[in-house]
Amino acid sequence: MTAQVVTITSGKGGVGKTTAVANLAVALASGGSKVVCIDGDIGLRNLDVILGLENRIVYDIVDVIEGRCRLKQAMIRDKKLPELYLIPAAQTRDKNAVSPSDMNRLIKDLRTDYDFVLIDSPAGIERGFRNAIAAADRVLVVTNPEVSAVRDADRVIGILEAEEKGPAALIINRLNPVLVKNHDMLSADDVLDLLAVELIGIVPEDENVIIGSNRGAPVAFDPKSRAGQAFRNIARRLKGETVPFLDLDSHGSLWERIQRLAGRK
Amino acid sequence: MGFFQNLFGKKNSANNAKERLQLVLIHDRTDLTPAELDSLKDDLIATISRHVEIDAQSMQIGVEHDGRSQRLVADIPIKSASRRRSSKVRK
Repeated sequence: MTAQVVTITSGKGGVGKTTAVANLAVALASGGSKVVCIDGDIGLRNLDVILGLENRIVYDIVDVIEGRCRLKQAMIRDKKLPELYLIPAAQTRDKNAVSPSDMNRLIKDLRTDYDFVLIDSPAGIERGFRNAIAAADRVLVVTNPEVSAVRDADRVIGILEAEEKGPAALIINRLNPVLVKNHDMLSADDVLDLLAVELIGIVPEDENVIIGSNRGAPVAFDPKSRAGQAFRNIARRLKGETVPFLDLDSHGSLWERIQRLAGRK
Repeated sequence: MGFFQNLFGKKNSANNAKERLQLVLIHDRTDLTPAELDSLKDDLIATISRHVEIDAQSMQIGVEHDGRSQRLVADIPIKSASRRRSSKVRK
């Protein structure tokens, strides 16, 4: 077995990197893959709470790197999915406690036993980001259809190209189909036009994401959530399947539904 | 709501975002500000004018993008040689 090492990054903070990592991990592990996710945001860890594993942390990634525990001791097994593990970030250290070569060494040990290693990158383009992409086979860039997020995504995509970690694939997160329809939000096509990269997923804005994070149960567990469906589709694309993109207009406004019922559309 | 927003010209903020981003991304990717582009244009006019008489007023210079690669595109009209009655013939 040789794991696919996938780093999720964004440039801008708050666009949904951690949510994406948690959901892709859940979706992949639910589909039978053996998955390890690594929180690369040292000093500001969050993947543990999003996955609902915050009470189980004993050791973290810096403990492994500095030799205070074995790799297996820092891997927390998920409550529901026995093939899903988390390596948490250290909370009381800073990004300089880890180097890109530390990451390469650590991930080399994981490659043989798992199908996927997902790395949650911190925001920004400094040390933490460099650590997160060091061992990546593939990088997914998360953005929102919004000017600052798209601009920062473009910077990151450029850096990834320069570092020969490209081509990056894009996740457009938190797209609001009603705003897009009213021409008050960049559409997925607009964003792709601007960034000129491969698209791997469009995730609609969905209140279930917040409800899931409140509970520590990512939406990918929820068969009815649209965002959950979008993340499950991205997981399948990561495995090499061809999955059509969700039709985000299928609900439409009340007026459009009436028109459809009346056979006018 | 949508109707009134359209009436007061507030609609289509997405287009606004896209147009602004197009310009910002060109500058981010090329590290070329509009002021630097202007000074490049002046240098080009000076250099080319030493070889051929050009119509500097209608010269256009800009950055276009093709996928993720940028290209500097200049449209430089040359003043007709016959009108200048130049002794040398140039292409």
